Amino acid sequence: MRSIIYLGIGIFFGIVLFKSEAASWFRIYEMFQFKSFHMYGIIGSAVGLGIIITQLIKKFKIKSFYGESIDIAPKDKSFSRYMFGGILFGLGWALAGACPGPMFVLLGAGYLPILIVLISAILGTLVYGIVKNKLPH
Amino acid sequence: MNWIYNPWPWYVSGPLIALVLFVLLMIGKRFGMSSNLRTMCTICGAGKASGFFRFDWKAQRWNLILAFGVVIGGFIANTFLSTDTAVQLNPEVVADLQSKGFESAGQAYMPDSLFSNDALTDPKVLILLIVGGFLVGFGARYAGGCTSGHAISGLSDLQLPSLIAVFGFFIGGLLMVHLLFPLIF
Repeated sequence: MRSIIYLGIGIFFGIVLFKSEAASWFRIYEMFQFKSFHMYGIIGSAVGLGIIITQLIKKFKIKSFYGESIDIAPKDKSFSRYMFGGILFGLGWALAGACPGPMFVLLGAGYLPILIVLISAILGTLVYGIVKNKLPH
Repeated sequence: MNWIYNPWPWYVSGPLIALVLFVLLMIGKRFGMSSNLRTMCTICGAGKASGFFRFDWKAQRWNLILAFGVVIGGFIANTFLSTDTAVQLNPEVVADLQSKGFESAGQAYMPDSLFSNDALTDPKVLILLIVGGFLVGFGARYAGGCTSGHAISGLSDLQLPSLIAVFGFFIGGLLMVHLLFPLIF
């Protein structure tokens, strides 16, 4: 039963990402050129509402639909891993024009070259796992 | 109901993404697409290569199902919910991209020169797709999250680490588009 819920949320999220054009390479390029408000509007309104939702859940200790408490673990404190990792991610995001969510969307939409990007992203994750202890975190 | 077939404006899409975040929180899950890449490594046996991949991947099964749903969502949106998928870009961006050889700018969802099946026969395109994907995968895990984990759910939780990561995303993206693109295209 819960699997159906996860599948349903995924389908909905996939449709939103495609229809919002957040999965379009062109929109990502346009965003980094500061030539359209579109992507900033999407991320800004999602985060604005997200802040209200998350803070209300925390403030009023709202229980999940299953009656369990919702504990959101804070991220580990660090600067270098977020900055360096973030920069590498950003370089790839702008070049491939897709972050992980949109990769799955584009696969479904039939853009087969995205499979190369997705497999390379899995390889990048693998290499990170192997060299992670040698990197500043 | 015609609006469904047109591109959805930001003030519809953004709140719907926040709805996804809300529903995931309310069923006790955390929003994060790039974790799936790590899970896929583990399923393929990467635990032999690094302890980073030795974890109970079945606890992440829900997220893989969600990612599979995203694939189906992409198919449904493209096949049944769109009449014309050409992205209406800023005309300045169209002119700029066309001068760089992206002839499909303004007429397609994705650039033909990178994402048509023919483009794959060009070794340069192949290398760009591989490097781009690799950086996304490596960088997302190094930073501990991607656009969904840091930019959406991390910022919503007012996490300073996520703000640093999002600054990083933008520094990287701006470097690529403004400094490296003129050398590549």
